[in-house]
Amino acid sequence: MSAPTTTAPAASAPPAGRRRGAGPAAPPRGRRRTPLLLLLPAAVVLIPLVAYPIYQLGLLSVLDFGQAQASGGVPTRFVGFDNYRGILTDQQFWTVLAQTVGFAAFCVVATLVVGAALAVLLTRIGRTARLVLTTASMAAWAAPAMTGSTVWSFLFDTNLGLVNDVLVKLGLSGFHEYNWFYDKWTAFLIVGAVVVWHSYPFVMVTLYAGINAIPAEILEAASLDGANTWTTFRRVTAPMLRPILTIVVIQSVIWDFKVFTQIYVMTTGGGIAGQNLVLNVYAYQKAFASSQYGLGAAIGVIMLLILVIPTALYIRTLRRTGNEL
Amino acid sequence: MRLIRWTATAAALTVGCIALSACSPGTALPAGDKAADDRTGTLQVWLYNEAGNAPKEAVVAKAVTEFQASHQGVTVNVSYIDTDAAARAAKMKGAFNDPSSAPDLVEFGNTDLPGYVAAGGLAEIGAELDGWSSKGDLDPAIAKTAVLDGKTYGLPWWVGVRALYYRTDLFTEAGLAAPASYDELVAATKAVHAQHPDTFGIAVGGKYTFGALPFVWDAGGDIATKSGDKYTAAIASAESQAGVKRYTDLFGADGCPAQQCADLTGGKTVDLFAAGKAAMAILPNSSRSKVDAGPAKGKYAVVPLPGSKAGSIAPAFAGGNNLGVMKAAKHRTLAVEFAELLAGPANQQAMYDAMGNLPTLKSVNTAVAAKDAFLKPFTDTIAAGTRFVPMDQGWAQIDAQAVVPTLLQQVVTGKADVAKASGDAAQQINTAFAAH
Repeated sequence: MSAPTTTAPAASAPPAGRRRGAGPAAPPRGRRRTPLLLLLPAAVVLIPLVAYPIYQLGLLSVLDFGQAQASGGVPTRFVGFDNYRGILTDQQFWTVLAQTVGFAAFCVVATLVVGAALAVLLTRIGRTARLVLTTASMAAWAAPAMTGSTVWSFLFDTNLGLVNDVLVKLGLSGFHEYNWFYDKWTAFLIVGAVVVWHSYPFVMVTLYAGINAIPAEILEAASLDGANTWTTFRRVTAPMLRPILTIVVIQSVIWDFKVFTQIYVMTTGGGIAGQNLVLNVYAYQKAFASSQYGLGAAIGVIMLLILVIPTALYIRTLRRTGNEL
Repeated sequence: MRLIRWTATAAALTVGCIALSACSPGTALPAGDKAADDRTGTLQVWLYNEAGNAPKEAVVAKAVTEFQASHQGVTVNVSYIDTDAAARAAKMKGAFNDPSSAPDLVEFGNTDLPGYVAAGGLAEIGAELDGWSSKGDLDPAIAKTAVLDGKTYGLPWWVGVRALYYRTDLFTEAGLAAPASYDELVAATKAVHAQHPDTFGIAVGGKYTFGALPFVWDAGGDIATKSGDKYTAAIASAESQAGVKRYTDLFGADGCPAQQCADLTGGKTVDLFAAGKAAMAILPNSSRSKVDAGPAKGKYAVVPLPGSKAGSIAPAFAGGNNLGVMKAAKHRTLAVEFAELLAGPANQQAMYDAMGNLPTLKSVNTAVAAKDAFLKPFTDTIAAGTRFVPMDQGWAQIDAQAVVPTLLQQVVTGKADVAKASGDAAQQINTAFAAH
């Protein structure tokens, strides 16, 4: 994710030749070198840790490279775009891609709605209630994805789960030994709930900070001008929160597109007959579980290309809001 | 301008790489180059760390003492590796990728063999084994699980086969005898479920490949058939489809309801039967201790899984573990000799007493079956002929991609009918074989 971060500033600097003499802004030679020097420490870390692996990923994706090749049993073979062709002509890939986009969209919207609603709630409640709510949210945020997923799986367990038990005790006998993960959509719904539970605190805290940062004078001025709550929100609060909101949305898109743990743990590797597969789990099952590293690398490259779009948007937004990189 | 320059650089780099092939991903040196045959030193051995491993360790420790006494200057160092499929795969890949830290002798699941051979990890030891005194005593169907393309890569150490466990109390109550055919099995699920609506007629699972395959084999079908040196999918044949239908028909209200059982693995069906939740289950001999630890203890018996023809036995999957010598072994002869000692009659008997694993030697099998009546249905099943998965590294891929479970689950959940689901599976199976 950080690869574009390094290239963006460099790319924004126009070629030196054109700038020389074109205007008074041309800096002396030493000062032009300073940004490059300052970038050097980051480059030292990022080039070996990000650029080189991405290069290897791209290389692997055009090779027939499995366990036999890795351990030297069979020579490595260049296959061009065969791996990509194999994936793009696999009907399951497109189903999984559509599922991933739909699932990510659902999670992003739900996370934002929950996070925003609770952020507004935080501004309206007393200190004790606020402390309780933030503590509960922080706990959810701090819970490792693996732990959270396992605990939620226990809650929704078919035979011993608390949820089924409570529902049956409430008189809903249809939930006796009800399997929540049998149906594709209830399974997605529950996994989605866990993803939201894990990620809403970030949205809540960020938006709460954003709301608190709005100067009281502006709100006071609005109320003096006779604006009611809704108008204040629509004309003052919302526009001022927009940059923060954009960043939160894009970050959520990136996170939710890459969901792996929750699906893998809760639906035991992709659900019944693979009905709950998302792209990351699909890549794992399709490629790495059976040591087809070339194929897995090709899926990785495709995911990278898809995620570059929101990442580019993210960086652009960051720059526009004055958050210098 | 910038774009063009960038593209040009990338193209130049790529061309340079292909030309030099200097920047290709890391590949280990072919293991054969590092093999050696030292007659002294430390023999490194990896064995599986199984549930309740202490008795196994005791048997192996005794064998180590015996071996060290008869081989001057040799130390045997046994490590127990994680048996979990993903963990052991990672461990073995590590050994293949770094031959210098590979062990000499390994225990491995017999279905793993083609993949390990393709990775260049295992040495061919057929010539050495020809001189082994117990070679003629090996069960022929089981001996074949260590052979690939006519070459022997392992020594079968023990096997496990599955048979039908059933609850004697529930069957007596319903006036039933042990099922002797598929139809009787289905009738039994109905009779028991009618009297005990909370009890499953039989515990089966949508992810239980080796529970389903006997039905396919019994119907005359198979996963794939070999012609020449290539495998072709046979899972969509009429016979295979009939077998798949028989297995998936058990996921009804009387048998194992789809809601509950579509996602079960073989291990989970053990739990169901042991908990007294199911009247029947298709379980291996090694599940005995687990069943005896639950409420079903003392209330069950075992018969071979019946085929569709009355009195016939559905062919079981010959699961089990082999001992193999690594291609990178530094003590090749010693490794073979130690494997022969571990898999010899005395230690197979000891391993059965310790772990309940079925011996691969016919003489030992007869001896343990005579001593323990519980084993009879399992040894009968072996005697009736066992079957195996395709001996091709394509199987590793088919297994990892859960092709057979997906087929079963699609039928069980009604997402596809048998014809469609098995057609899809056949296509994936053929792709996997074509890739290798």
